Order: sequence, then structure tokens, then C-alpha cells
Amino acid sequence: MGSFLLKRLAAIVPTLFFVSVLIFGLQQLLPGDPAIAMAGEERDPNVIAYLRGKFHLDEPLPVRYGYWLRGALHGDLGESVRIQQPVTDLIVEKLPVTLELAGLAMAVALVIGISAGVAAAVWRDTRWDYVANVFALWGLSTPNFWLGILMILFFSVKLGWFPASGYVSPSENLGENLAGMVMPAFVLGNALAAVLMRHTRSAMLQVMASDYVRTARAKGLDEKVVILRHALRNALVPIITLTALQFGELLSGAVLTEQVFSIPGFGKLIVDAVFNRDYSVVQGVVLFTATVYIVLNLLADLAYFAVNPRMRG
Amino acid sequence: MKIAPRIRCLATALAFAALALPAAAQTLRVGLAEDPDVLDPTLARTFVGRIVFAAVCDKLVDIDENLKIVPQLATSWQWAPDNKSLTMKLRPNVTFHDGEKMDAEAVKFSIERHKTMPGSNRKGELAPVSSVDVVDPLTVRLNLSAPFAPLLAQLADRAGMIVSPKAAKAAGEKFGSNPVCAGPFKFVERVKQGRMVFERFPNYWNKDAIHFDRVVYLPIVDSTARLASLQSGQFDVIERTAPSDVPALKKDSRFHVLPIVEIGYQGIDINIGKSDRAKATPIGRDPRVREAFELSLDRQAIVQVAMDGEALPGNQWVAPTNSFYAKSVPIPKRDVAKAKALLQQAGVTKPSFTLMTATTSDAQRLAQVVQAMAQEAGFDVKIQSTEFSTSLDLADKGDYEAYILAWSGRADPDGNVYSHLVCKQPLDYSGFCNADFDKLVGEARVTADPAQRARLYEQAVQIEARERPIIYLFHRHWLWAYTSKLSGFAKVPDGLMRLQNLQLAK
Repeated sequence: MGSFLLKRLAAIVPTLFFVSVLIFGLQQLLPGDPAIAMAGEERDPNVIAYLRGKFHLDEPLPVRYGYWLRGALHGDLGESVRIQQPVTDLIVEKLPVTLELAGLAMAVALVIGISAGVAAAVWRDTRWDYVANVFALWGLSTPNFWLGILMILFFSVKLGWFPASGYVSPSENLGENLAGMVMPAFVLGNALAAVLMRHTRSAMLQVMASDYVRTARAKGLDEKVVILRHALRNALVPIITLTALQFGELLSGAVLTEQVFSIPGFGKLIVDAVFNRDYSVVQGVVLFTATVYIVLNLLADLAYFAVNPRMRG
Repeated sequence: MKIAPRIRCLATALAFAALALPAAAQTLRVGLAEDPDVLDPTLARTFVGRIVFAAVCDKLVDIDENLKIVPQLATSWQWAPDNKSLTMKLRPNVTFHDGEKMDAEAVKFSIERHKTMPGSNRKGELAPVSSVDVVDPLTVRLNLSAPFAPLLAQLADRAGMIVSPKAAKAAGEKFGSNPVCAGPFKFVERVKQGRMVFERFPNYWNKDAIHFDRVVYLPIVDSTARLASLQSGQFDVIERTAPSDVPALKKDSRFHVLPIVEIGYQGIDINIGKSDRAKATPIGRDPRVREAFELSLDRQAIVQVAMDGEALPGNQWVAPTNSFYAKSVPIPKRDVAKAKALLQQAGVTKPSFTLMTATTSDAQRLAQVVQAMAQEAGFDVKIQSTEFSTSLDLADKGDYEAYILAWSGRADPDGNVYSHLVCKQPLDYSGFCNADFDKLVGEARVTADPAQRARLYEQAVQIEARERPIIYLFHRHWLWAYTSKLSGFAKVPDGLMRLQNLQLAK
């Protein structure tokens, strides 16, 4: 396991370097002059010239990359032009918000997705299976923002149960924080639950048809034990990978949901930054998200060891 | 039976208590359409930021509902006979949020900060101000390099916001993260891309006009979600309601919609000389083709279809309701036959051009209406939806043929025309260069007499209407929607909400 871990860790360095070049390079392909985008409605030529100088926009690409990389290696991801705050501060400020949202959404997704997937596999081709499949199809094909707006109209405007938008920090008021998170977490978790349900179902079906499950049944084990301890545990391997990847995606992919519910998280940060050509924010946030992805993947690999004894070899 | 009078007594007492409550802890919750940029009046760039500044930073002067300049931190002002200096008397006993005195030194500091701070967006607005003299603690004189009529209007906006010198010196570039001014509310906190909280400044000079203890601004970009938040009672007031939501709101007695005709405009910039691409299309080359294009448009119908009626048709850089509107150049009526005849005269059949537009659904709808109308006159308009920052870049490079663009407007007409149509100015996307026009607009800048200025602008409008570098279409309504419990909303044409005299009934 030691050598495997070392190999995986060593691969992170070139991956991150490649990602950083890619982020920097791709961003330059974005049409539009950042200095013009940032100079405001008046577009005063003096301001444009000042911004070009301040953010090294008038220097060649490799030089700019050098500036940025040097800063990034020292933990300085630059400063947001639009709101004038260090990018690292913004990440530290937004990350807990998005982590909470992603965590709650993931909880919703896991509870619904895995139980529906197991049910659909165990009662294959019965009413339960069809219901779970219809639910999955619905979850996959319902756009987040649309579901979000419908929920706001129903639960906030009509019933007045939850606030329609905004975010309260849990340290300020936990009750209000959770009330504000219910709808966005459900909207985000809903689509994920569908994906998880489909994967759990197919993984479970495969495992349930395998020899050792038949053996377990032949031994006269209780069906519950067979399903939960023998089948589900093995079926979980691909689901863990998927969950790790999906969680990474949630960090950056909650964009529309954050927009609709006005949650000041990561997704909103990056979308606003792209539209305003706030380069350092885009670079910093994407680099951070990429790092999180890589680490999550590594953790997923490690989790295989925990659930699958064959890999411990 | 004996209990009844007591209950009545109690009820009366409670009712009085409830009436007395509005004075205690009241919060105004405002839904914004965008997240403001930095809250430093020197560096700020966005329209939405100006809405928030109304809470925190008072200005030397303000504009009223009729675009008249009225006192705020300055109580009176006097132009020198040669119009090359403006002397302003300041309001006595005004303090900043940090307890510092707002006096002539502070005004001098703020104006010099606007003029010299690196990256200042006010530098251009105050360019004609060459120096500021402190005459006495409550009198300042702004010396100008040349007469500049729009100066007072500039001072009614961010260029006239006075910041606390002590706080500004201490914070330097970071002043925007904790602005300290002399407005009715003090900055408390700002969650980036989230809420901005301000609390009542007890020593505000005009404190009797303020009826809230806190103001909270929260940006919600999606107009449906913003409206839902108003309807669910989370907000008391929201800005920029979608025109399509207005009819339903008007029917609902719980809410009011206040349409304010903007001081800006929505129009179509045509590339007539910005780059070589201008010569590539008949519409860029030939004024007759542009005239035909304009004649193919029915502005009233455009407003009805694209804006749900929530705009005022117009054909100049100021709205027909503005005192600088040139009545000798009325809105042309749609005339498809004449448009066709003009195209024939110009020797072009089915002239084609691309119309660049933003990606928002409103802009798309507008472009489609224009496309359909122009088609009836024989035009082939291709719509090119382009993300905003990209479109600005293309317009700046002259890499476009026609461009639907909005301008939020300035109180003085100079702010709607000089930068946009005078040769080689930063916003002259059409590449319009006309010496006579530049002379007239330049002269209007240095003329103090409004009647004389109006005459100069009228001649300038006549040239513009002949050449058509910009075809003005309409002036949008700023649509503020709020709970019917809110009263005292001033209808100031700059579209910004003043917090003075606003009141929320319990």
C-alpha cells in the first residue's frame, strides 16, 4: 500500500502543473479585454491603462504565468480586481458555505439514491423498480434552476415555510441557516440522487448475480444480511468513486443553484468572476477546485482499500 | 361584562405600543439585481453600487425629481462671473461616521483623492477641476481650467461624495471594504456576493428624515427569485423588476410598482467609421440606408413587444420629458414605403448586417423585434448574441456592424453625449467624427446658461439625426417594486432609491 500511495502522491505534482498551465492558457482564450471589462461604464482610458499595468496585462503570456505561479507557490493567488480582496481570503470565506451546501446535498443524494437503488435492484422489475426509475429519470431531466424557482414559489411564496433566498451563517443562527439550506440542498441533491440510484441499481444487480451471493444465500443467511453486508458492500466500490467525483463537482457545479437561491458560495464566485474577467479569482478558484478534485480522487482510491479486501494484496 | 372595558383598555394600550414600535428597530430590506463592485466612491464603477452609496455617502449636492440640483452637504454655491470657479458653502456641524468633522479640508481631500488616486474612475469626470481652495472652514472653491457646465451634475454623483480623510488615509486602497462617509447609515458588514448591512448613523445631519435603524441590501440576480423574495416577505423593496412581472404585481394590492423613466437610453450603435468594417456594409457606408433602417422601426411597438410597455419611446440622448429634448427633431413615424424608396435610391437591394446584442432574454427579444420590423423594409438583419464583456471588446475594436447598447445616463446631458459621440472619445463606438457636432457639444460644455445650452444641443441633435451613428430607441423604466406599507419613495430620474423620508408602516 505504501508504494501505491507514494506513486499516487507523486502523480499529483505534474497533474497540478498541467492544470495550472491549462487554466492560465484557457483563460487567455476568453475573448474580451479584462481591462475594458473592469474599467466600468465610463471606460476611462487612464483607468484602462492603470489596470493593464497593475495586473501585468501588457506583458507577454509566459511572463504573466511566471508572476502568477510564483505567487501561487507562496500561497498568494492574487487579488480580485472587482471586489479588491485577496483571492485566498475569498476562498476561505466561500468554501465553508459551499461545503455545507455540498455536504447537505450529498446527504440528500446518498440517502435517496442508495436506498432507491438497492430497492430497485432487490425488487427488480416490480412496481418499486419502476417507481425508482421514473424518479431517477425525473431527477436527471429536471433543470436545477427550474426546480429551484418552483420550490421557491411553492414553499416560500405560497406556504411561507422557508426563506426564498439568502444565506445566514450557522454560527450566527443555526436554525435560520438550515431553513435556508433545505431547498437548495434538495434541488442539488435531487439530480445527484438520480445518478447514484442508477449506478447503485446496476452495481447491485451485477453483484447479486455473482457466485458468492448465491453461496451466501445457500448457507441460509438472512436475506437482509446478504443484501446489506455481502452485496451492498461490494457494490459500493464504484459508488464511492462516483460520490467523490460528484462531490468535487458539487463544489464548482452548484453555480445555478447558488444563483437562484443567492447563496454566496463558490459557484457564484466563479461565475461572477468569469463574466467580469476577474482573472485572478478564476485562476485561483479553478486551481483550488482542481486540487480538491485530485485529493478527493486520492481519497476514493484509499477508500477502496477499506471496503475491498482484494485490493489490499 | 366588567372585564370588557379592561380588555378594551389593554387593546388600546397595545395598539399605541404597536404604533410606537416603528420607531424601534426597523430594518429596510432591499433586493438588488446585481452585486455591487468596490464600495469606494473613487473607484466604484457600477450602477448598482450607486444605489448602495445612497445609504452610506452623502454628496455635495443632489438632484431632485425634476433633475434640479439641490443642496446636500453644500448648502449654496456660486459660479464666478467667468464661470471658471465654483464656490460652495458647506453645511455646518456635519460629522463623518468616525466622528471627524466634515469641512472644507475634507472636501478638498476628497476631490483631490478622486483626481489623483491610481485607478480612480472619477478622474475624467473632474478633469476640468484644476485645484481646490479652502476659503474658510465651511467654504471651498473649485478652480477650473475652463468653464464646465456639467460640474454640478457630476458633484451630484460619486464625484461629489465626501469621504472621511482620516479613515481614507488609514485604509488607503482598502477604503472600499469599510467606507466611512457622512451619509445616513454607517457601514456594518459586507458578505462578498451576499448581504451588505448598514445601521443608522445617530449624528446624521438630516436624521429626522431617516426612519430605519438598519438597511440590508442583498443581491439576487435572477429576477424571478428576486420577485419571489419580495412576495414571500423577505424584502420590502426590490429594484429592476422584470417588465413582464409588472401586470401581476399591479393587480396585487400588497405591492406597489414605481416606474421611473431613466435618464439613460437604449439604442443601436452603428459602425460608421470605427474600423474598416464600417465600409463593408451599406448601413455603415450610406446615411440613406441608416435612415431607411430607422424608418422601418416602430418605436411604440418595440416598447410594447420587447419591454411590455415599460419604457418611453425616444429618438435622442435624453428622453422627450427632459428639458434638453430638442422638439424640432420629433420621433420619426414608421414608414416602410419611404424606407424602401430610400434603399432603391441608394441602389441597394436587401442590405444585410449583423446586429450584436447581449445574451439576456430581454436583449434577444428586442433584437428579434428589430429584425422582424427591418425585414419588412427589405433588410436582412442577422442577430449575433454575444456575452457582454466580449461585446464591449468587439465594439471597442470596431469589430461589429450594429450593436444594441444601453447607457444608464447622467443627470447632465453632457454625460449622455460627449463621451459617446465626440470624435475618438472612449465610448464613441460608432466612430462618428463630425467637426461641427464636436464644436456644438464642446460649446454646450462650457456654457452656463441652460437656454443657450439647449439651443446648442438642438443643433447637435439635428446633425446626429441626419448621420445616425446611434439610433436611439427608448428610455427604460426603472421598475422599483415594494410592499404597499412603504411610503415616501422619491421618483428621482437617476433611478436610485433615496432613503430620506422613506417610511415603513407596521
